[in-house]
Amino acid sequence: MELTSSPPAHRPVSPAAHVNWLTRLSVSDWLFAIAVVFGAGIAYVRCSQFMDGYDIGILFIHAPLIIALGWAWRPFRLFVVAVAVLALFSIWLYQGDLARAEQAFFLKYLISSQTAITWMSVFLFTATGAYWLGFATRSDSAERTGSSMAWIATVMGATGLLVRWYESYLAGPDIAHIPISNLYEAFILFSLVTALLYLFYEGRYNTRKLGAFVLPVICAAVIFMLWYSITREAYQVQPLNPALQSYWKKIHVPSNFIGYGGFAIAAMVGIAYLFVSRGKFTNRLPELRVLEDVMYKAIAIGFAFFTIATIFGALWGAEAWGSYWQWDPKETCALIVWVNYAIWLHMRLTRNLRGEMLAWWAIAGLFVSTFAFLGVNLFLTGRHSYGAL
Amino acid sequence: MQHSAPRASFLDDLVELLSSMRFAISLLTILAIASLIGTVVQQEQPANAYLQQFGQFWDPIFSRLGLYAVYSSSWFIAILAFLVLSTTLCIIRQFTPMVREIRGFREHAREASLRHFAHRASFEPTLPPEERSGAATAYLARTGFRFRVNDHADSTLIAAKKGSLGRIGYFLAHGSIVLICLGGLLDSNLLLSVQIHLYGKVPAPGELTIGEIPPSARLEPSRWSFRGNIYIPEGTTASQAVINADNGVLLQPLPFKIELKRFHVDHYENGAPKRYASDVVITDNESGEVFERTLEVNKPFEHRGITLYQSGFDNDGSMLNFTAHGMTSCAHAAFPLEGKVGRRIPLFDKQSERIKIPPPCNQVLENYLAGYSLEFTDFRPINVENVGAPDSEGNHPGASFLGSGARPASNEKLRNLGPFYTYILRDPAGQAREFNNYMNPIQIDGLQYLLSGVRTSRMENVSWLRIPLDDEGSADTWFAIQQSFFDPARQAALIKRFISHSTDKDEKKTLEAAAKLLLTQFAQGGMKAVESSISEMKIPEDKREEANIFFVQVLQKLVWDAWMMVREAAGKGKLEPDDAYAPFVRDTFIALDSSIRYGAPFYLQLTNYEQRQATILQATRSPGKSLVYLGSLLLSLGVFAMLFIRERRLFVLFKKDEALVAMSSDRKTIDLDETFARHRDGLAAALGASAPQD
Ligand code: HEM
Repeated sequence: MELTSSPPAHRPVSPAAHVNWLTRLSVSDWLFAIAVVFGAGIAYVRCSQFMDGYDIGILFIHAPLIIALGWAWRPFRLFVVAVAVLALFSIWLYQGDLARAEQAFFLKYLISSQTAITWMSVFLFTATGAYWLGFATRSDSAERTGSSMAWIATVMGATGLLVRWYESYLAGPDIAHIPISNLYEAFILFSLVTALLYLFYEGRYNTRKLGAFVLPVICAAVIFMLWYSITREAYQVQPLNPALQSYWKKIHVPSNFIGYGGFAIAAMVGIAYLFVSRGKFTNRLPELRVLEDVMYKAIAIGFAFFTIATIFGALWGAEAWGSYWQWDPKETCALIVWVNYAIWLHMRLTRNLRGEMLAWWAIAGLFVSTFAFLGVNLFLTGRHSYGAL
Repeated sequence: MQHSAPRASFLDDLVELLSSMRFAISLLTILAIASLIGTVVQQEQPANAYLQQFGQFWDPIFSRLGLYAVYSSSWFIAILAFLVLSTTLCIIRQFTPMVREIRGFREHAREASLRHFAHRASFEPTLPPEERSGAATAYLARTGFRFRVNDHADSTLIAAKKGSLGRIGYFLAHGSIVLICLGGLLDSNLLLSVQIHLYGKVPAPGELTIGEIPPSARLEPSRWSFRGNIYIPEGTTASQAVINADNGVLLQPLPFKIELKRFHVDHYENGAPKRYASDVVITDNESGEVFERTLEVNKPFEHRGITLYQSGFDNDGSMLNFTAHGMTSCAHAAFPLEGKVGRRIPLFDKQSERIKIPPPCNQVLENYLAGYSLEFTDFRPINVENVGAPDSEGNHPGASFLGSGARPASNEKLRNLGPFYTYILRDPAGQAREFNNYMNPIQIDGLQYLLSGVRTSRMENVSWLRIPLDDEGSADTWFAIQQSFFDPARQAALIKRFISHSTDKDEKKTLEAAAKLLLTQFAQGGMKAVESSISEMKIPEDKREEANIFFVQVLQKLVWDAWMMVREAAGKGKLEPDDAYAPFVRDTFIALDSSIRYGAPFYLQLTNYEQRQATILQATRSPGKSLVYLGSLLLSLGVFAMLFIRERRLFVLFKKDEALVAMSSDRKTIDLDETFARHRDGLAAALGASAPQD
């Protein structure tokens, strides 16, 4: 196809668009920035006694990060504000007493961590339904509903995690920790991150047609999470064993899930790609070059963050187990995943290996990643199932 | 000179191949597959485990292929070596063109080629010719382009670009891979084997104590990388690290001494471990300086290039005091016994410190136990276990959907069951029986028991002896019953008492016969023996169940009578039969049954202990570490640069009454279309042109 044909993602070009980015900022951008800085300040004043130097550092690194994200991606600002409001409301309702989770109506049925996370799941399912409806009937309004549902889901999910964090402090200061430690919390994070990442591309390429393909993979994760939390009661906040009490881990885990999120999206888009390239649903899905582009961007983000994640994993290992790399199954699987996508990127660069091949590879990649993420914890032994001490 | 030309070209072809992207791809694929094998096949297991797993035929082949130690196998190292080689060549080959790309502006691009760009547009500027290039460059500068202006007679070419950093990213990302691999090599145990051959060292068998290890297994102090364990009991000092090398051990002397003052384990209130810490005093050999440190998990300590990690702990020589309850037919014999964790005491051979047993039971026990030995293998003062029922009330699924996540799970009741100790009784033939015991009574369904579990091999799961406690919370009653129940000398009295309940003459007779038979059979093989005897008797199928029940009743009555005899002997009054006592009788009976399979003439009840722990530190020297970390940093920077910094080249060619705008990038992505459109329109606006047409 003509590369010069103007892309569907072609946004109207405002005359200001190419001027220095600072002057591009709107009033709301500045308000947002001020709010974030203010919030960080409050957090520091109120909570610094619970934080060590590292925590405080992280806190103040996050302020500019969130601001930058909000400026680069407008809808994110609303997300941040909504999450902040809900989480603070929830904390206010708790009044420092866990038991209130059962008494206060809003806590019990809306914004205590478990409830919020349940809502996240519910909205993710409904969003999927809506996207499917939109896909089947080619109705734009259905897809719009889908994406607003997805937005609500992410807000609830993020609120849930934050409140869970607070609850862990109510459970006991020594038990308290950021909820990115066990498989259950990891799955919430995954659903959250993947949904956000998807919504980002949705806006970036302004097409909602991919929701029907991407959301199911998130739902699969949610279903596993629900099963896991029912059968294992995995939802409960557990104190951390000494090996898990690591700074590095707190960066390792989230960046890992940005990675997995990117890979998951790429795989689902890969499926869409195969359909279109075989002339199926051509009028219900974006054109090939858009799909190819999303696939590449998703894998690029995934790969970049997975690289960092693996490195921080190594740093953590170096501190906890005395070696940054000891070919433990989990480490090796991470390497396999990473190398796999390195291959993908290189294949894309070699002219004659593109199109369907890449799509298939991206799909296969999801299975590799899934094994690396789940399989190892379930089937293999290693220091990540840490029982030695 | 004929040969040189073809050889040279052959070399070129080789380099060409090695540095090609396709080669890289296949190399990475092979690496991935090799690692996959390494994860699927468990690495560095004991040889026989593999034999079991893969069988006679495959096992030797696999081990020849090095599948049991993939990551140190020569072929795996070879793959990595090729990766390094190919990446290096790739960098070298890319170097000149890339640098040209980074520095050059292509200001000599031909008009013809510009007109073939996928992204191009041309329009008529309204600005007078002399202002055009000024306006264009102004625009380019404002939008962050760097540019060269190239004036010709009849045309002007402005060649602009931005985002060349992406190219530098390529060098960072790929160079870092070389760095990381080299660093990794420096720290791999490949160097250890090199060292072994260099200095002609031979790993010593693992059983030896540090003192016994011969010089041939002691490495020189060196700057080489190593990874070893240091085992330090409280109050002692270590100065050597033990390195595991091909199923033996080597000693690595350390440039300092480490003394363990104390080892602590802190617990959360639910009993889960919270902190492992060793208070150590480190004395440098050279400078003699001394410093105290506390080593914790995730808080290592480095000195003279050697890093110390808290990696484990062990129980070293805690003193244990027992009361041994005799479980022979001999009259109630309880005697004190002393043990030390990790020690082994021969029983009743002349040189061993004699264990004082009150006569007459010493004879019985000594005959029974001549040549036996007792090893105290484990002692743990704190044992948090989940004593909750898997589906206790309150575990409705709804719980996991609503409310806070910080409630305890309904099916989890963590409790500290107190000290747990393990000892092994080894018979003269070397046959071992392992006994696992809790010091404190354990409550099960509201009743108190002493628990002692037996197994004859690590594979088996333990079968528990549950000794019921009497109303005074003591196990003595049960032991007394146990002894009298199996004592032939006291059987007559027991049976006499048993039949005295009945008045009918004939009944007495049958009861007596039944009781005799049962007692002997039960003494031989417990309920098993009794049941098998039933099946031997000429009792019809449908009656057997009844018979079984009847026999159990008889035995339980005998238990009751034995209990009463014990009480009277102890000067306590006899009790009237009552349902309240049924549980105790039942449990006593069950315990008697399992005591027959217990396989030891005594039960060791822990009465007192003095804990002594050892810490296990890991000591590593990894010279490659800094290289790897540097590499990692560069890798992250490089990857981000490559993937997210887009190189853009923008050309503006002014002819007499035309401005040609063309754009190119090193990666074809959609945003290029957008960016082009933006700059096209921007330039058009700057040059005061009408709506441009492609
Ligand atoms: C584990 C090993 C490797 C990793 C992680 C890696 C990573 C990458 C990444 C992330 C890119 C950018 C892809 C993109 O922008 O879409 C790239 C590009 C490239 N890689 Fe690799 N690479 C590896 C090994 C190799 C090897 C062994 C070679 C050569 C034999 C190679 C040659 C190249 C080339 C030529 C490019 C294109 C650079 C450009 O045009 O800007 N890579 N690599």
